[in-house]
Amino acid sequence: MREVSSLLHAADGNPFPMCVQCGTCSGSCPVAAYMDYTPRQIIAMVNAGLKDQVMESNTFWYCASCYQCTVRCPQDISITELMYALQRYSIWKNRYKEGMIGPAFSEAFAKTIVRTGRTFEPILAPSYIFSFKMREFFQEIQNATELMLKGRLPILPPRIKRLDNFKRMIRRILPMGGAE
Amino acid sequence: MKEFAYFPGCSLEKLAISYHTSTLETSKKLGVKLKELDDWNCCGSTTYFHIDELLAYTLTARNLAIAEKTGLNVVAPCSACFKNMFFTAVHMKEDPDLAEHINFALEEDGLNFSGNTQVRHLLEMFAQDIGPDEIRSKVTHPLDGVKVAPYYGCQILRPRKDHEEVENPRYFEDLISAIGATPIEYSLKMRCCGGSLIISSRIAALSMVRNLLQCAVDQGADMIATACPMCQVNLECYQQSVNQEFGTNFAVPILYFTQLMGLALGVPKKKLGIGKELVSASPVLAAL
Repeated sequence: MREVSSLLHAADGNPFPMCVQCGTCSGSCPVAAYMDYTPRQIIAMVNAGLKDQVMESNTFWYCASCYQCTVRCPQDISITELMYALQRYSIWKNRYKEGMIGPAFSEAFAKTIVRTGRTFEPILAPSYIFSFKMREFFQEIQNATELMLKGRLPILPPRIKRLDNFKRMIRRILPMGGAE
Repeated sequence: MKEFAYFPGCSLEKLAISYHTSTLETSKKLGVKLKELDDWNCCGSTTYFHIDELLAYTLTARNLAIAEKTGLNVVAPCSACFKNMFFTAVHMKEDPDLAEHINFALEEDGLNFSGNTQVRHLLEMFAQDIGPDEIRSKVTHPLDGVKVAPYYGCQILRPRKDHEEVENPRYFEDLISAIGATPIEYSLKMRCCGGSLIISSRIAALSMVRNLLQCAVDQGADMIATACPMCQVNLECYQQSVNQEFGTNFAVPILYFTQLMGLALGVPKKKLGIGKELVSASPVLAAL
């Protein structure tokens, strides 16, 4: 999976083959119990080139970005950055384990920022709410209602003032061929 | 008088409005001037890094460049915003090619970031730059007898590696002591709240929140103090979901540390947004 390594732009860690499989990352990870493969296993699988199994796993979509693995890794590998790289690769290739909510949520989030310069929680809801089970759905409605009653839910989508400049700035990073 | 540029971030506009108002009130009491960045944009949180890394850095660099124009160091109250700003500044300093590319894009908005602005988290600003002694000297209503779990969370501390406080920071505890409350030894104080997993991997996130609440209760906390809107929302708004999911009975108030500071400095509750929480803090605060 050399593509994954080359997707790591500014990561300041060591290359993944330097992993000694000590398992400090998996032992430190608060989400490991819910992952198909632990971070240690994923690194081994990336190094062994087991691309299909890696892409079909939920592991990188379950990373909470807490960086506990990264700060503890004795080989100084930026494991969280690896998870980000796998997420980007997965969205780029449009390949991920069935039922993952992360990809659609991240894309909806990104689109909102690109369009308005700000995030706006209510507009993100359709990207995930329909994937929820009935019970989770009602928990969300209940939470949203309580927050609204306390005046904590935004009503109008905010946008930045210099939005035209902002969009031109983005086009210098991501050329969009005139598409909005 | 100390003066900082202030980047509130999207959550503080509404969802975490209490964090915003209590930050402003507390700063005023301590003689700290916060100058909100002009026309700031969303920092991209963690999710933008799932899409495009270069654009994620650029979004944050725009705010850094706006801050640099003020000539002040910048503070961020949200740990995700803080982490993004802190590391964007680091990476742009270490990698001139990256900086050049980003600054080329920033030109479109008449901006440039040269790397002279220091980035501080709001908690670090109060607990370290102002310091517990200064704060203690201004306390008029000490929070005697209130047992507070200092919840640092993740991104205020990590992924900084050269930071001596990465494995056992104490500055939050010192701040809590300075306002007259009692910091408990909270062994999960740096354990993750789950962040946006509450959306994307619900059951994992709920069990993480459950563990954090259980640990605080077991160690005798009356409430948990947070320094991040994401942590606050996960621990508070999903407490009821945790109770439904696991048959527990938690009712732990989750307040922003600035709300507690404000109380100790004599700011009226309403001005601190106390009353906007979903798990009421009144039973705990009534004893004061």
